[in-house]
Amino acid sequence: MKRLLIPALLSALLIAGCSTTPVDETSGSPVESRGTGSGVAPVTAGGLDARGLPRELTDPKSQLAQRSIYFDLDKYDVKAEYQDLVAAHAKYLVANRGFKVLIQGNTDERGSREYNLSLGQKRAEAVKRSLVLLGAKEDQVESVSLGEEKPKNPGHDETAWAENRRADILYKAPDGRGEF
Amino acid sequence: MPSIFRKFLVLLGLLAATAVNAQLSIEITGAGANRIPVAIADFAGDPTAARIVTGTVRADLERSGLFRLIDPAGTVLDENAAVAYGDWKGRGADALAGGSLVRSADGRMEARFRLYDTQKQVALGGAAFVAGQEQLRAAGHRIADFIYEKLTGEKGIFSTRIAYVVKSAGQFRLQIADADGQGAATALTSTEPIISPVWSPDGSRVAYVSFEKKKPVIYVHSLASGQRTVVANFKGSNSAPAWSPDGRRLAIVLSKDGNSQIYAVNADGSGLQRLSQSGGIDTEPRFAPDGSIFFTSDRGGSPQIYRMGGNGGDAQRVTFDGSYNVSPRPSPDGKSLAFISRRDGRFQLAVIDLASKQVQVLTDSSKDESPSFAPNGRMILIATETGGRGVLSAVSSDGRIKQRLSIAAGDVREPAWGPFNQ
Repeated sequence: MKRLLIPALLSALLIAGCSTTPVDETSGSPVESRGTGSGVAPVTAGGLDARGLPRELTDPKSQLAQRSIYFDLDKYDVKAEYQDLVAAHAKYLVANRGFKVLIQGNTDERGSREYNLSLGQKRAEAVKRSLVLLGAKEDQVESVSLGEEKPKNPGHDETAWAENRRADILYKAPDGRGEF
Repeated sequence: MPSIFRKFLVLLGLLAATAVNAQLSIEITGAGANRIPVAIADFAGDPTAARIVTGTVRADLERSGLFRLIDPAGTVLDENAAVAYGDWKGRGADALAGGSLVRSADGRMEARFRLYDTQKQVALGGAAFVAGQEQLRAAGHRIADFIYEKLTGEKGIFSTRIAYVVKSAGQFRLQIADADGQGAATALTSTEPIISPVWSPDGSRVAYVSFEKKKPVIYVHSLASGQRTVVANFKGSNSAPAWSPDGRRLAIVLSKDGNSQIYAVNADGSGLQRLSQSGGIDTEPRFAPDGSIFFTSDRGGSPQIYRMGGNGGDAQRVTFDGSYNVSPRPSPDGKSLAFISRRDGRFQLAVIDLASKQVQVLTDSSKDESPSFAPNGRMILIATETGGRGVLSAVSSDGRIKQRLSIAAGDVREPAWGPFNQ
């Protein structure tokens, strides 16, 4: 967890460094008034985002902001290329026992809605098993399925179907705020 | 004379009030081979009410594909008038109905009619239905059911209702409509998907899966009161509800112990019992009339249909042709099973005769889903796709008659045909 925080902290320090340069000693105006409008985006390291989650979970620069795991056609196992990502999420859950995740499994649109719901469950369950194997606790992780009902890509071709064969990880903070 | 009439109060349920602009429109694309020629004369009495009633009766009989409507050419015939059998026979009608619309003392209308056999030159019976102005179509459906049963020997399904889900403008609506698509009312509106509606055997409740809690949860919804009960909200997914024949229990699918498995639960959510025990997927349970359960399982490597006892136990495989046979729906007489079969990449409605094991594919479409038998077993309602839009299609169980039901403004899916009107 500490190592994952470093990039976010570094960028915060860099921006803070920039904003300190042009201080006019004679004006006497309060420092706070220089906040917005100065072209400097205020960043709070370790702060919370709009949904009450730590920024390391949602900052696009953080690996933990990657929440989607894609599956091949008729496949239900986590591919090698997603092992690192799943490991990073497991590590976060181990370091933050108060956090919970909901894994939502999805399928493409072809075939029976109910059977697809069961196939989506299989994908969510595979991600859950990996997380638990890597140290997350059973009660931190719930795997559910949205079947073919919530396509990320509403198209009807191979590209759309590949995007929809997916499991998404949603987080909830100990105070109950979050993504589910 | 009026002593032969049985008086009924036409109870239309409580959904009639909510008018919805998105009506299903019906298109018929096939008909039976030997259609019975029948004439529905214009009814006497209040002309506006009579037109609504006779229009409904004629449309119902026509739509069934089993009748050929003979034009009465403006002839008015009330239920007590003498019948010129020779004339009607001459016009080609084997059967004839006449009747009248009379305002009763309480202001409602009484629809009376009598049905005749022009060959044997006898009356086949008659009835009277009392209906408020907004229930005249329901009275027409009752008359059509009477005529259908007298002439075919099977119960009619014109007074039944259907449930389906409409997706439009980012909203999902569970709709309840008459079997002809008219009178649609919304039972539930949600921004999240609704799937797998199923009618309780008495037609008062619908169980379904709603995603409003960001995961699939099973509800039982009383249509008259709008009261909803959560039947299953266990950890994981809760889906595929199916009513037991006595309406007391539901077979459901839970993933609380890993993969999807079949359980039984009381309609109030109590008394959970696990029914299937496989390492793979068991889903889409449906009770046969004898209490046994058909379901879809991938235990043999590909999704196929199996059958087990009502309390679980050993399962027998039912489908063998092809690598994808799902969504089993036993017929009301228990002799056959409708299901969806993938053939050359197309998902099609098929029926298997359970005694002979003979399979018949009933459609030439390619995205069929969610079959549902009419309570008399004559028609099967499915969801399919035309021009990229979800539509409903009713197919006769011999494949000859096809009707398409669509809504201009949205995707229609997840149909469920309700039980006989009680």
